[in-house]
Amino acid sequence: MKRLAAFLVAFVLATATWAVEPGEVLDDPILEDRARTISKSLRCLQCRNEAIDESNADIARDLRLLVRERLVAGDTDTEVVDYVVARYGEYVLLRPNGRGANLVLWLAGPVLLILTLLGLWLVQRGATRPDPNRQGLSSSEEAALQSLLGPTDQRTTDRNEL
Amino acid sequence: MWIETAHFGLVLAFFLAVTGCVVPLIGAATLRRSWMDFGAVSALGQLALVAFAFGVLTLAFVTSDFSLRIVAVNSHTLKPMIYKVAGVWGNHEGSLLLWVLILTLFAAAVAVLGSTLPATLRARVLGVQSAVTTAFLAFILWTSNPFERLPVAPFDGAGLNPLLQDIGLALHPPFLYLGYVGLSITFSFAIAALLEGRVDAAWGRWVRPWTLAAWLFLTIGIGLGSWWAYYELGWGGFWFWDPVENASFMPWLIAAALLHSAIVVEKRELLKAWTILLAILAFAFSLVGTFIVRSGVLTSVHAFANDPERGVWILLILCIFVGGALVLFAWRATALETRGVFSLISRESALVANNVLLAISCFVVFVGTIWPLVAEMLFDRRLSVGPPFFDAAFTPFMVALAVILPVGSAIPWKRATLGKTLRRLTPAFTLAAALLGLAWALQTTQSLLGPIGLALGAWLVAGAVTEIFTRAGGRVSRLGRLPLADWGKATAHAGLGVTIFAVAALTAWEVEDVRVMAQGDTARIGGFEVELRKVENVEGPNFFSESATFLVRVNGVVQNPIVAERRFYPVAAMPTTEAAILNGFWRDIYVVIGDAQPGGGWAVRSFIKPFANWIWGGCIIMALGALLSLFDRRHRMAAGARRLA
Repeated sequence: MKRLAAFLVAFVLATATWAVEPGEVLDDPILEDRARTISKSLRCLQCRNEAIDESNADIARDLRLLVRERLVAGDTDTEVVDYVVARYGEYVLLRPNGRGANLVLWLAGPVLLILTLLGLWLVQRGATRPDPNRQGLSSSEEAALQSLLGPTDQRTTDRNEL
Repeated sequence: MWIETAHFGLVLAFFLAVTGCVVPLIGAATLRRSWMDFGAVSALGQLALVAFAFGVLTLAFVTSDFSLRIVAVNSHTLKPMIYKVAGVWGNHEGSLLLWVLILTLFAAAVAVLGSTLPATLRARVLGVQSAVTTAFLAFILWTSNPFERLPVAPFDGAGLNPLLQDIGLALHPPFLYLGYVGLSITFSFAIAALLEGRVDAAWGRWVRPWTLAAWLFLTIGIGLGSWWAYYELGWGGFWFWDPVENASFMPWLIAAALLHSAIVVEKRELLKAWTILLAILAFAFSLVGTFIVRSGVLTSVHAFANDPERGVWILLILCIFVGGALVLFAWRATALETRGVFSLISRESALVANNVLLAISCFVVFVGTIWPLVAEMLFDRRLSVGPPFFDAAFTPFMVALAVILPVGSAIPWKRATLGKTLRRLTPAFTLAAALLGLAWALQTTQSLLGPIGLALGAWLVAGAVTEIFTRAGGRVSRLGRLPLADWGKATAHAGLGVTIFAVAALTAWEVEDVRVMAQGDTARIGGFEVELRKVENVEGPNFFSESATFLVRVNGVVQNPIVAERRFYPVAAMPTTEAAILNGFWRDIYVVIGDAQPGGGWAVRSFIKPFANWIWGGCIIMALGALLSLFDRRHRMAAGARRLA
């Protein structure tokens, strides 16, 4: 059983590869840094929602190597990404571009925020503006109020006495 | 025998739920007391029957009864007991039964604790809740029967995904479900209020504890899921913006908004229609979440138990309930609104800003989550929306929220001036600004992410401390006499600050190292020494593993050895990685072992993850805040436990 176990582990685990491998790492740390940044934004085609940077699939490894090849060949970051997109389609981009219908995706939040603020401003303005149906008191109401309150000067003297 | 009895119990529960929906609703409309009271009886009966069915199913898993189809497919005799039990909800049928169990549990809680609610409101809440239960029981009985027998019982089960055999994940679904389903109660309260045609301060007070409880469970559930991903998926990520994660995050955001708008209803009787809408949306997003997870429509890194055809059912339930609720809302909501005036600078405005930011950030997550589907169906474009999009589109709203939070939570109601509040917050602001400068000066990279995260975190925590002291009139002796709700509020806000800081710090300041190591080799990584001591083959209860022991030295002091594994589960024919993690208060050291290299040695990937544990620490603090608030005297009264108060 122990030997079988050792065999199984050696056999199965040997076929399961593993995110960024030591052999893939470029000698130039700046170039490697760029490679990591790019590979974090590219999707592994086989996996569910994983970047090639963290994926164990073979195709992700191939893509990682491809990215590094292009970088070593002197491509800029955008050139590398464009190269991969040209080959595999925009599906590989984890950060979708803003072209065409994707504008909806990118602008959904900001536009809704602006509309909400606009709506709130209108409501607020409506709430603070005096209601045209509510005029001031009519002259008879004014008189009734005055008689209830009593003469103005008397009230002030009352308060002074207190 | 038991299995069939439990199945029959579910059928009974279904009919009880149908009557429990119809009778109290008619009773409330015609003001018949005994009809209304049937709602509570029915709720308790449903709970008893569903709990019995769930208990029998659990027993079947525990005793490995492979004549039951879902046990045969999802369990195995060699599996440790705790994962046999967790296997009950590790599959589609069982997880739905858990969902219904929690639905009935909440309904029973309203029946028992809600004795002080007006009779018509309670009857309507329980009636609506029974309607939801009816729909889900029908779904279970007609498409996802957990009690389906196999003609021939197999000798042993087919096991369970090994990734799921983990304590974090065993507990993760029940908590999430408690949160999701907890929002069904707020939904029922909202529909009941629309039926009554009345929303007042009392309604706001009744609905808040339920929302708080749901939000509390969601926070714990999401935290557990994220923690599990961190130590189990093998590269130490904690959040992937995966559709399934978003599915749990959207109700969380909406529930957080609802918590705050219910305060405005309670204190000022404003924002009533908006609060009702949020309550509907919160449950809608729970159903959307269930739909996303159960249907597998959006491919995801961890959709472990799904089936597209059943998704249609959930979509149907979603359309009926949310569609119906929104129609009712459109019809009745205008009657609810009262006009109250508040100035631009006031607590009301601050809470509106909170709601706007939370709702829009939820909308951004929603659009990002479904966009691949929309783009493919409408524009024939196959594309992905991944973490880089969400990081860019979601983060600004959270930053804005964090910036206004300490100010907004401190300014007075109705009409206020900023000056006094801002003066009180000057120390907090100065601290945040100083830390920003300090972090910027000390770090080696140019990225602003870390310093800004630190400043926002400090701003929130210091703001919370300032507020507590202000509430106590600046005297320490009065701190103990503050209402628990004040403590809860400050604690939850501080917890958010801790999590925001930790997420930014971990993302910005993580150190990674990839290299080949042989036994006895030592690697120096950012001031720590990591030594690979030995690699050996180990046999676990239901797996084989290649296990590597590492010794970490911090400033020359040897720490406890840590073990990284690569496991293989023969029954599921699946390899997994177990990371070696040296947990620390300030940082985790996280080591993963990879392939044996052709030239000898193993590939080793090591990380220093600063403040990793603070992410979940912040979640725990937030949950604690909700808990404190939940035990405030006002809510206990509102929930009906008058004798306790």
